[in-house]
Amino acid sequence: MFNVETIRKDFPILKRQVNGKSLVYFDNAATSQTPQQVIDVIVDYYTNYNANIHRGVHTLSQEATDLYEQARLKIQKHFNAKASHEIIMTSGTTHGINLVASGFTALLNEGDEIIVSALEHHSNIVPWQMLCERTGAILKIIPMNDEGELLMSSYTDILSEKTKLVFVNHISNALGTINPIKVIIEKAHAVGAAVLIDGAQACPHVRPDVQALDVDFYVASAHKMCGPTGVGMLYGKEEWLKKLPPYQGGGEMIAEVTFQNTTYADLPHKFEAGTPNICGGIAFGAAIDYMNAIGFDKIAAYEHELLDYATTELLKIEGLKIYGTAKEKTSVISFNLDGIHPYDVGTLLDKMGIAVRTGHHCAQPIMDYFKIPGTIRASFAFYNTKEEIDALVSATKKAQLMLS
Amino acid sequence: MTIEAIQEDLIDEFSMFEDWEERYQYMIDLGKTLPLIDEQYKTQDNIIKGCQSKVWVHAEMKDDKVVFTADSDAIITKGIIAILIRVFSNQEPKDIIAADTDFIDAIGLKEHLSPTRANGLVSMIKQLKMYAIAYQTQLN
Repeated sequence: MFNVETIRKDFPILKRQVNGKSLVYFDNAATSQTPQQVIDVIVDYYTNYNANIHRGVHTLSQEATDLYEQARLKIQKHFNAKASHEIIMTSGTTHGINLVASGFTALLNEGDEIIVSALEHHSNIVPWQMLCERTGAILKIIPMNDEGELLMSSYTDILSEKTKLVFVNHISNALGTINPIKVIIEKAHAVGAAVLIDGAQACPHVRPDVQALDVDFYVASAHKMCGPTGVGMLYGKEEWLKKLPPYQGGGEMIAEVTFQNTTYADLPHKFEAGTPNICGGIAFGAAIDYMNAIGFDKIAAYEHELLDYATTELLKIEGLKIYGTAKEKTSVISFNLDGIHPYDVGTLLDKMGIAVRTGHHCAQPIMDYFKIPGTIRASFAFYNTKEEIDALVSATKKAQLMLS
Repeated sequence: MTIEAIQEDLIDEFSMFEDWEERYQYMIDLGKTLPLIDEQYKTQDNIIKGCQSKVWVHAEMKDDKVVFTADSDAIITKGIIAILIRVFSNQEPKDIIAADTDFIDAIGLKEHLSPTRANGLVSMIKQLKMYAIAYQTQLN
């Protein structure tokens, strides 16, 4: 049984007061909150196991290594990767994207093409622009429509034998659109292109199966799925990870070093130079356990209920417009009040204890498309309630009254 | 009026408000009455960076005093600008440079002073003082 009141007890931060009001946390698409179960694992690690991994013969080091590798296995199982060495521990989604973009420098030639979608976050556009500068490859964009959905016919049109890599987010951070990645992957493979999917916004809501998707690379961040910041994962098919050269040089990623030559370690260590975020990796595993114990089906169903309720209630406010109305979307609502700057609304909502994001959400091209300076974005998680949505609606009305 | 006297007045005015709502409503109203900047000065060069909303500031010298005009696309930001202009505009450069900004705290807007806050109040004050320094250099 899904009981939100029981779940809320797991999150100590939800008891906080902000500006004298009970916190209503609706900035989950930026970062999710951390349950006590994960906090306990972090405390336990530094209390009992803190040691460097993979290189000590002493007991602590071996225990820490075991815990870290168990976390990798949890991640493998969660994403249904074929082998645990196909899971590269990263500092987060951006790290994973840059690792792949850097690796493709060696595989691209002038005139090759990379396709990205118009729904991307800044961090998802810049590495590809840099890759194009390095290699002479050309960046192509899949456009979107007014609902914030990708135009699949345009995608088919720009795909060709020249396409070497397709990069799309699973779910848009600014609008919440769920992209048809299965079809995108199939079409890319038909012309021999590899596909990297950014799952940062999807992983808090769905459980991706990388084998069923047949995706070549998939990246995610722990901090959006109840884990700590500074840790994430890159899944890559073994054949692809073998093809890519190492990203950073350092300890942990080498097999043998002389001044003349170095041989690189096997997967996954080839891509894991230096001491990793050991505690973060272990806590990432605990966060995955926590979310699976609740169940992604139940999480998704409940969040959808919140989304429908919030959409209906917010649209009752006169002059409120929602951006991103795709048929398939997650619990993100980007909106504006007619004639009022999103920054003003966000400032007043904060005074009323409600945490939302305002601004362009690092997705300037999307804001340019709608010709707006930004939006107010409320993003819901499975620990939010309808009562909190009521609080958002009445606070938004009050802000509108004050600002008109 | 001296900068100190204006600041004292502001502190008096704000002390009458009982809660954040009255304080913000007043700032919003101030924002609505802000004399707008001449359209020709709403240029890319006059935009202050570091604000989530757009802020334009223009300065000119009149009778040895710096006159500031400014605008923003967000109303609360305009309210903050209106307060800053009331304090710093029509003052001699040396007085603007020497003025402290403790009154911001005293009128209950301390939260806007944090440099991590994206509204750019800190950047705005810095920009006003930079203009004053530039004019002072010319006078010397």
